[in-house]
Amino acid sequence: MRRIGDAPHVRRLLISAALLLSALFLLLPLIAIFAQAFSQGVAVFWSNVSNHFTLHAIGLTLMIALLTIPVCLVFGVALAWLVTRFSFPGRRVLQTLIDIPFAVSPVVAGLIYLLLYGRNGWIGSWLDTHDIQLMFAWPGILMVTIFVTCPFVARELIPLMQAQGSREEEAAVTLGASGWTTFWRVTLPNIRWALLYGIILTNARAVGEFGAVSVVSGAIRGQTNTLPLHLEQLYQDYNAVGAFASAALLALIALLSLAAKAGLEWRASRREAF
Amino acid sequence: MRQLAIWRPGSTRVLPGFGLSMGISVLFISLVLLLPITGLFGQLAGLSLAQYWAIISEGRVVASYMVTIGAAAVAAVVNAVFGLLMAWVLVRYEFPGKRLLDALMDLPFALPTAVAGITLATLYAGSGWMGGLLEPLGFQVAYTWVGIALAMAFTSIPFVVRTVQPVLEDLPAEVDEAAMSLGATDGVAFRRVIMPHLWPALVTGTGLAFVRSLGEFGAIIFIAGNMPYETEITALMIFVKLQEYDYAGASAVASVVLFVSLTLLLLINIWQGRFVRRLHGGKG
Repeated sequence: MRRIGDAPHVRRLLISAALLLSALFLLLPLIAIFAQAFSQGVAVFWSNVSNHFTLHAIGLTLMIALLTIPVCLVFGVALAWLVTRFSFPGRRVLQTLIDIPFAVSPVVAGLIYLLLYGRNGWIGSWLDTHDIQLMFAWPGILMVTIFVTCPFVARELIPLMQAQGSREEEAAVTLGASGWTTFWRVTLPNIRWALLYGIILTNARAVGEFGAVSVVSGAIRGQTNTLPLHLEQLYQDYNAVGAFASAALLALIALLSLAAKAGLEWRASRREAF
Repeated sequence: MRQLAIWRPGSTRVLPGFGLSMGISVLFISLVLLLPITGLFGQLAGLSLAQYWAIISEGRVVASYMVTIGAAAVAAVVNAVFGLLMAWVLVRYEFPGKRLLDALMDLPFALPTAVAGITLATLYAGSGWMGGLLEPLGFQVAYTWVGIALAMAFTSIPFVVRTVQPVLEDLPAEVDEAAMSLGATDGVAFRRVIMPHLWPALVTGTGLAFVRSLGEFGAIIFIAGNMPYETEITALMIFVKLQEYDYAGASAVASVVLFVSLTLLLLINIWQGRFVRRLHGGKG
């Protein structure tokens, strides 16, 4: 039986439109990043990447991502367990609250942290008298990065855990397994791929966050410059090739994330087929 | 249709970990999400109502609202059309390269916004690949309002595609077979049979894209040109005030942005809740 849009000319038209538009708006920018980065040869690219300030920015960016992931992981799993395994008043409110970081502009996210923990804020001024500086230093970068990335793991886990239901865990507990044993042996194997996908998303965002970080970092070269801030500085200094060298590194991480996502989805669809 | 887990309130406390997961979640949400917002109110408390109004209704700030809302609306509409097309093609047709195209749809979320920003600015500047083609035709994108809309559209592409796609996948084949066998043309059948199923998801996705565009910063500032009154977005306005150490001004403008985006988020959530209940409600 023929379905809507199955006529050959409609089909051809829609597929070509989709391919053309995607090539123009998605593929072309991707190609441009690498074309610009290597526009003066591999040697120039390499010297831009292995430059002291770039290496420092890479190190800081990776450190922030590595510290962010476990925090988001613990929070995401706890929240998903809470809202999918128990019924209590305020459950929906919690689920709405975790979406806040998606709606808040990154600049506003940076600003609210700066106001609270900066020298003029009520926590910041107390910290200042104890010689603790969070803003314009790496702890501030870490704090805003956690703010912008914290929904990802929870958002991946909640629909899955809701769909799976709690029958398996209830069986395990009824048969005498302890809470942790149940979690490690029953829950975790069921959610590991969604968990991994949540980590990939968290990492991609943590590595690339710009707006929030640029408000709280101070962007001191060799100290508080993450890779996205570093490429902005190079770009503003008219060092386009240098900027795109850093951009290419970030784009590579993005491509690896996409590949990992496609791999996980392929795995999931194969498992569903059985 | 996929079966939703049947969830019996009252019978669920068999499982342990309620206290621990509640403790972690509430502590985290309070410290990370809610406490910082008090800093904003603290700063605003130092302003009188008249001062507050003067800041948020100043000419340059109002111009930035107009630019941001206008460009975000255009970007959202463009994304609604593009997203619908992509979701349709990815669900309904088989063709070589389909999996790659599907993966490519998520690129704007995976790619850091600053990278998107400098790339689009370079591509659409007069010397860039696209700008070099368009500018001789009298069509300038970079450093204009069109560039802002383009950057907003780019960063929010996945929203519509990824909200419409699953709904389209769940649509049973009988729906369009019935329409076609009764002699409807493609256009009529799509409008009368498919669209009523799709539009709640389409509205949700478009709404999310709009909210995201309102707050976007990194992807826009490079291509925008940032001319006061003309191509300055509100997020940049806040950033500029901060760099001038005008914390009160920055907070006042930020409170407007925060209020608008949280209100829209709440509306989208309510809308989505109603629509999910309508889809699955009668079946459980």
